[in-house]
Formats: sequence, C-alpha cells, structure tokens
Amino acid sequence: MELVIAIAIGVLASSGIWLLLRPRTFQVIIGLSLLSYAVNLFIFAMGRLRAGAPPVLGPSGTGDLATYADPLPQALVLTAIVISFAMTALFLVVLLASRGLTGNDHVDGREVDP
Amino acid sequence: MPDAALYLTILIALPFVGSVIAAFFPTNARNAEAWLAGTVSLTNLVITIMFLPSVRNAKVVRAEYEWLPDYGLNFIARLDGFAWCFSILIFGIGFLVVLYARYYMSPADPAPRFFSFLLAFMGAMTGVVLAGNLIQLVFFWELTSLFSFLLIAYWHHNQNARDGARVALTVTAAGGLCLLGGMLIIGHIVGSYDLDVVLASGDRIVSHALYLPTLLLVAMGALTKSAQFPFQFWLPRAMAAPTPVSAYLHSATMVKAGVFLLARLWPVMSNHEYWFWIFASVGVLTLLIGAFMALFQQDLKGLLAYSTISHLGLITLLLGLGSPLAMVAAVFHIINHATFKASLFMAAGIIDHEAGTRDVRRLGGLFRAMPITATLAMVAAASMAGVPLLNGFISKEMFFTETIESHGNSVLDNNLPYLATLAGMFSVAYSVRLIDQVFFGPAATDLPRKPHDPVIWMLVPIGLLVLICLLIGILPGPTVGGFLATAVQGVLGPQLPSYSLAVWHGFTPALIMSFVALIGGVVTYFTLKTYLSGNIEGAPVLRRLKGKRIFERAIVILSWRWARRIADIVGTTRLQPQLRLLLLIAMLAALWPLSAGALASGALALDVDWPFAVDPSFVLLWIVGCGCALGAAYQAKYHRLAAVIIMGGAGLATCITFAWLSAPDLALTQLLVEIVTTVLLLLGLRWLPQRLEDTGVRISFGARLRRLRDLGIAIVGGAGLAAIAYAVMTRPQINSISSTFLERAYSEGGGRNVVNVILVDFRGFDTLGEITVLGIVAITVFALLRRFRPARVSVEAPRQKRFQNQFDADRYDAPKAGIAAHYMIVPGLIMRLLFPVVAMMAVFLFMRGHDAPGGGFVAGLTFAIAFILQYMAGGARWVEARLRVLPVRWIGVGLLVAAATGLAALVFDRPFLTSAFQYADLPVLGRVPLASALVFDFGVFSLVLGATVLVLIALAHQSIRIYRAMAAAKAAETDAIEEAR
Repeated sequence: MELVIAIAIGVLASSGIWLLLRPRTFQVIIGLSLLSYAVNLFIFAMGRLRAGAPPVLGPSGTGDLATYADPLPQALVLTAIVISFAMTALFLVVLLASRGLTGNDHVDGREVDP
Repeated sequence: MPDAALYLTILIALPFVGSVIAAFFPTNARNAEAWLAGTVSLTNLVITIMFLPSVRNAKVVRAEYEWLPDYGLNFIARLDGFAWCFSILIFGIGFLVVLYARYYMSPADPAPRFFSFLLAFMGAMTGVVLAGNLIQLVFFWELTSLFSFLLIAYWHHNQNARDGARVALTVTAAGGLCLLGGMLIIGHIVGSYDLDVVLASGDRIVSHALYLPTLLLVAMGALTKSAQFPFQFWLPRAMAAPTPVSAYLHSATMVKAGVFLLARLWPVMSNHEYWFWIFASVGVLTLLIGAFMALFQQDLKGLLAYSTISHLGLITLLLGLGSPLAMVAAVFHIINHATFKASLFMAAGIIDHEAGTRDVRRLGGLFRAMPITATLAMVAAASMAGVPLLNGFISKEMFFTETIESHGNSVLDNNLPYLATLAGMFSVAYSVRLIDQVFFGPAATDLPRKPHDPVIWMLVPIGLLVLICLLIGILPGPTVGGFLATAVQGVLGPQLPSYSLAVWHGFTPALIMSFVALIGGVVTYFTLKTYLSGNIEGAPVLRRLKGKRIFERAIVILSWRWARRIADIVGTTRLQPQLRLLLLIAMLAALWPLSAGALASGALALDVDWPFAVDPSFVLLWIVGCGCALGAAYQAKYHRLAAVIIMGGAGLATCITFAWLSAPDLALTQLLVEIVTTVLLLLGLRWLPQRLEDTGVRISFGARLRRLRDLGIAIVGGAGLAAIAYAVMTRPQINSISSTFLERAYSEGGGRNVVNVILVDFRGFDTLGEITVLGIVAITVFALLRRFRPARVSVEAPRQKRFQNQFDADRYDAPKAGIAAHYMIVPGLIMRLLFPVVAMMAVFLFMRGHDAPGGGFVAGLTFAIAFILQYMAGGARWVEARLRVLPVRWIGVGLLVAAATGLAALVFDRPFLTSAFQYADLPVLGRVPLASALVFDFGVFSLVLGATVLVLIALAHQSIRIYRAMAAAKAAETDAIEEAR
C-alpha cells in the first residue's frame, strides 16, 4: 500500500514539475493541479495510511490514534484542496487576461525564438 | 520650574501634533494654518524662555521615558544652556517665518502641506537639539533631512525643486547614516548612549583605538548637514524651495545642526590633532570657497546660499580650533548669523515677490521703489559684512582674534589670519555688491512687475531681526551677554573662559584685520563691478569645481549602470528559469538534512517487504491514475481538452484513495472540487488559442537538450518526493498532536467529526483566514474579468461551433437556437429537476457536518454545483431571468457571519472564536447539536458558495459579453459606413 502511494506521489509530482517548466500557460495550470494532487497526498500520507479506520468518533465521544484515523493531516489537506481551486481559478483568469493583452499564451507574454 | 519633564515633552510633541492638525485644514486656509503654526511656535517659545532659570550656570533639565528597555535605550529629553539657545532660535525664528510665510505663499499654493511640513520640521529640529540620547539624536536628525526634502520639493511641478530636493536628501541622509555608525561606535566605547554619560566620559573616546573611524563618521554627518566642502553643492540647489523654507531651514536652523553636533561632542572629542586638522582645514576651505563663489552669483538667493556656506565654514573652523574662546565665538556667530541671514533671505523673498526676478543684474535702483525693505536689507547686509555697531562685526572680530592665537603652530595655523582676512574681504565684497546692484544705480526698467514695499506684516519679521542685529551690535553686553554665557556653559561647563563683549577693544590686530577686510572688500567690488555685470555664470576657476557633477555621475553609476548590470547578470524576466531555480533550491533544501551522514548510517533506508500484501484493485487504481497524470502531461500542449479530462482521472484516483484510506471528508471535497475545476477549465478553454497541430517540424538540438534537462529535474523531484513519502510512511508515528484533537473534539468542541471540529473550532482562526483568501481571490477574478479583452483571434465563434451551426442550418429549417435547445432538452430537464435535490443534499451535508462527514466547505461546493447545473442546462440568460444570483453578497455575508461568531465570544469574555455548544431536542428532527461553531460553519458555507459561483459565472458571462461587444462594434461600423455615404 505504502509503496503504491509513494510511487503515485512520485509520478504525479514528476508530471507536475515537468509541466511547470513548459512555456505554455495552460501547461503550467495543469502542472500546478497535478503537483497539488501530489502534495495533498503527501501531506495526507504523513498521518500514515489506514484502511478501514473510523474517521468519526463513536458514541463514547473519545478516541485515540490507535483506532481512529489521524484527523490533523485531513484537516490540513481539506483546506489545501479548496485553496488550490482558488489558485487555479485566479491563475486561469490571469492567463486569459495575459493572452488578451499580449496575443499569445507564452508564460512570458512573448514568444522566445527557439 | 514645576513639571519640567512635562513641559520638555510638550516642546518636542507640540509641533508634531500641530503638524497633524494642520494637514487636515482645507487647501486655502492660509489664515487658520498661520494662526495654528504661530500659536505652536509662540507657545514653545514662551515655555523655552521659562526654562531659562533652570539651565543657567550649566544646569541641565531632563525627562526620561522608557523606549527600548531591552536595548538599554530610553527616550530622553534633555535641555541645557546650549540646547536652550538653539530652541530659542528654532521657535523665535520659526514664529517670524510663519508670520512671513502667511503673506509670502500665494492663495494658489496648498497651505496645509506647507504648514504641516514646516511644523513637523520644527518638531524634528527640536528633537535633535533636545535629544538626550545619541540614537534619538540620529533619528530626529534624519527626520529633519526628510522634512527638508519635502519642503524643498514643495513646488514639485518644478523640475529644479525636485532635483534639488533629491540631491539634498541623498547627501544629508547618507551623512546621517554615517553619523549613526559613528554614534554606535561612541556607544560601544562609552558603554551607553545617554548623552550625559557620554559627556562625562572624559578622554575615553579620544584615547580609544577607534577614535579615528568614529571621528570620520561623525564628521561625515556634520559636514554634509552643514554643507561643508566638499558637500557644499546641495545647499545652493536647495534654494528652489519657497523662501520661508530657505530662511528657516537653510540658513537659521537645519544647516546649523551640523555645527550643533560638533559643539555637542566638542568636550569629549576635540582634544586631538585629527579634530583640528579635519575641521579647521575643511572650515577654512569652505569659508574661502563659499565667500569667493558668493561674489560671482547672479541669483540673489544663490548669493545668500554661498554666503551661508561660507559662514558655516567660519563656525566649523572656530569649532575645529579646539579652544574654549573659539567655542564662545562659534556660539556667538551661530546666533548672529541666524538673525542677519534669516532677515536677508526674507528680504530676498520680498524682492523676488515684488520685482518678479532674483537676478542681481536685472535689479537696480530698488531703494526708491521699496525704501523700507531696502533699508532693512542694507542693515542686515552690513551686519553680514561685519560693519561696526552691528552684531556681525562683534562675532567676526572675535573670530579674527581667535585666528591670531596659536593652536599648535602648524602651517595652517600660522596662515589663518591672512586667510581669514581674505575671506572677510570677499564677504564684504559680496555684501556691497548686494546693496549696490539691487538697491542703487539706475532703476531697472524691464522688471516683470512694478516693485513696491509689501504689506507691513511681511516687514515686521525682518524689522524685528534687524533690530536684534542693531541691539546686539551696539550694546552686546547687556543684551546678549547673559544668553551667550548660558549657551556656552551648556557646552563648556560652569567655568567660562574670560572674554569681553564690547564694540571697542582699542587698536587691536583684529580691528586692523577688520578694516583691511572692509576696505579691501569695497575695492575688490568696484574693481570687478563691470565684470560681474557681464554675462558670467559662477565664479572663475572654481566654476570647474563641480562637486555637483561628480555627485550626479556617482549617482548614475550606482543607481543605474551598476544596478542594471547586476540585474542583467543575476536577474531574469523570464518565468521558466525562475521556476527552475525555485525547484532546484527546494530540492537542495530537501537534500540538506541528508548530507549530514544520515544516509550512510542507514537511518533512512527504504525497506520493501517483497512480496507485500496489497489489494490488486488499489494497484489497478493507481496504474490508471499514474497513466492519467502522464497522459495529461503529454497532452497539455497539443490537446488541452483531452488534458483536462485525463487530469480529472488522476483527480478521481486521488479521491478514491482518500475514501479508501479512511478520509471521507477529503474524498467528498476532492470530488466536488474536481467537478468545479473541470467546469472552470472548460470555460477557460474557449479563450485560449486554437489547438496547436503537431507540425512535425524537427526540434532543434538546443531545445531537445533543454527538454532533457527539465525531464531530469522532474524525475529527480518526483523520485525524491516518493522516497521521502515512503520513508516516512514505513516508520511509526511519534508524538503527534492529533491525539489531543481526538480526545477533546467531543468533550470541548461538541462534535464527533474531528476534522470538522478542527476546522471550525480548534483552528477556526486559520479557517477564517482561509475563507478570507478565498473571498479575495473570487473578487479579484471578478474584477479582472470585468475589464477582460479577449485576444482578437478568439472573438469569433470557435471552428467546431461554426461547423455545427452550418450542419444544423443545412439539415433543419428551424431557427438555430431552437436546434441547440433541442440537443439539451432531456439533460436540461433533468438538471432543472435536480436543483432542489442537490440543494437539499447541500443542506444535509451542512447540517450533519459536525458529527459526520460533511461541513461548510463541502456543502458550499455542492450548492454551487446546483447553480452551475442550472447555468449549463439553460444558459446564463435563462437562469438570471428566473433566479437572483448575488454571489458577491454571499461572500460578504459569509465573512461577516464568520467574523461575528468570533467576536461574539469576546462579549462573553472569552478569546476570539471560542465556541459554545449544547444539544437541543427539536420536534421532528429530534436531538440536534447546537454549537456556535455551526454558525461559523454557515459563514464558511456562504462564502465558499459565493466565491465558487462568482468565479464560474464571471467566466461564463464572457461569452455573452463578447457577442454584445461584437454587435456594438458591428453597429458602429455600419454607422460609420452610413455616415460616409
């Protein structure tokens, strides 16, 4: 299980980093999204992987880490997911505006001679 | 004096308070401003005069407040005789300048700015002279530079004013920085910044190894401020300021701050030959150069500026001599120079005002036109020249006497009497020139205005100052003797050297020097008169002395050429290299802890138990997920639509992983965000360039190499992240604060869903910050899109749509819109029916959030999707005709509700965002938890809903806007054609 997740994080991050370094704005957006999947999974994995652990407290109202899923990384990731949506939205609009102003979709606003 | 500390504080604080008040008056409130500023200066003048008995005989008044106790720094206001004398100058001349400025400034000039800055300067200058601690002195010192800058640039529409202000600030503020360095060293040597401790330190500074650097740094501060050679060039350029500013800052007070500082540190630093060499030589050079240059100025204020430089040189020279008698002469000349030079500046301002020019050559015969101004200016100029029975004569004679005395028997010292007489000659020559060319000779005929005496209130300040010149000049002992003694005792202590203040001392060598200077000066002037009236600008020989030009070149090199070269070498405006650098630094930072031998010790070994137990479907999930990620990376350039869809696959894999690994909240959020993001990107695709075709052009070797390098970075980055993740996951968890949350979520937060309790209760403040960011982003997106101009090629309908329309038109007879609606009729109906269902779902998710997976974030996103579905089904116009969608208001409500919940806790005397909860038995619903966190969560819900809807709708509206814009453009075009016909 851990190995699969680790490899998944690696592949997602690699794809994201590769796209971050590309010259087209849309590539960078997709890259950021992929990278945020990787980072969210990474943060989540810091609470260790637990299949089938109850995430919500039982009737007793108390719990410990041995039986329950770690809530802290989950709370962190939950906000991170929402913020990454906001980031994608803002970046998308900025790139659209930039395309409108410069007439191209290069990250620097002008085509670089190869 | 009772409450001395209070009154001392008032002295410093009152001008600043006045400055703030003055800033709020209406633009044309000249009278109110003048009354305010006049009252402030007069009040402070009276307070200062009342302090006289407390500072006599070298007594000191102190007020101390804690400032930075951790650094042993206290705010100390300290008044001794010397500071008292300066305060009288600051407030006395300040009052006269305010009176003068009331009539000098034209009604068109914004009065609040002028008087506000002037009062602030007054406060800063008071801060300098009353500073009882070295750091505090430097602080106020720099403030005076700052307000001088603002006042010089008062008429900022004038290029000269802006340049002059910038040069003045650069020179004096740089000097101030050096001074700070010097003060820090003094503090280091003495062990305290308290001025009284420093002054009591005896010879410790002089005998310390760091004496020379200290002296040089302090000298840089003092010499720049007092415009001494080679920094004199800023003062003539500062004459672009309004004349009241020149009279106040650049002759009477601020430029005296340099010599004030030298006198302040004189008791502990002057007992060394370096002191003599630096200040005596700089002083005598400035004295000569200033006097010589002044003679050749054609601008009246320029002449006065160089004369000021020369007189400041004289004072610096006296302080450099290092004898107590020279100190007496220096203090006396500070007082005298302030009186006659301020009155001369004011007279020059009147002449400029009345005649419309300050060019000495164009003026002439003004005595007949403005007799009062002329008489007053002539007396003041005579005092500047050192004519007997005026105050300038007495201090100048003390100066001559001092130059004859021996101070170390060096070449400089032996020649001082001759140099002093020479400077005195020039001083007489320019004074005579001022009187002769401005007030006598043939009356000027081509003046821009017809000159006459101004209103009486402009003459009163000059008259008062000239009266003081005369009184001191005729009866020095009874008038100024006591004040002078008090001032000098402030520096030298109670023991005064013996000196006599009298007009007549018999036929002394000094008297002979005075007469030589007077006669020589008159002769020099009349010899040069024709030459001076000619077409010359600046002094011969010294014209080449371009301190100004050197300064400008240095500034250009420093702030422009070097800066640009460095930016060229180390900077880039391109995003890709920046991101690459950022990634490399991040990777190095991750490697850093590993370099310390951790790898070798095996503590980070990655143990894989092979074969390991894992659900094959989970492996399959991630085979698909990884394939999607790679596919998206591959397709993002040529096939954006495919990339968006494939990326969604990777997102779904992530989502299922969350669900699999006991994180239902995350799975829910991820799923919803995935939907919203996909819709968002699809809306954005419309405005991106046409799909690029892979043209199959061969890629250059360089580009291939770059890609290989990027691929390397990507693989290393991903592998590193995977290795770290694996290493952490395979090790047991230690000391997590999570258990605290698990234990307290129910007992203290009243919720079983710990993740939600963390978000809305334990870490509610973070969530408040986060939703604020979300709101800001949404409004930014909205604002950016309001002015959105798509690229020209994207304005037309996309190719696919045109193709579809053409196809429909060929096949059916019905209007196009009808056909498009037909395609959507079944899914559209389903979507419309889904609205209440999805909305109910959102409410459900919200209500259960505290005890089961759900919550504000998830509910907000769900509700937003309900809206988006309607837009997709019916189009923006259809929805907005039926529903009032006010996302900006929802954002506002959400933020207010969340903040108000936090504030409510304050009412119950609890910290911000403390939550309360209890259970209530409601009919139908049964036992329901009621926590104040639920209200907070409602704020989150409302904001997330508003932000998401706002972003998506703003983007969706572009399609409508663009058709409207196109129609408008087409209509305009038709009109133009019609008109052309």
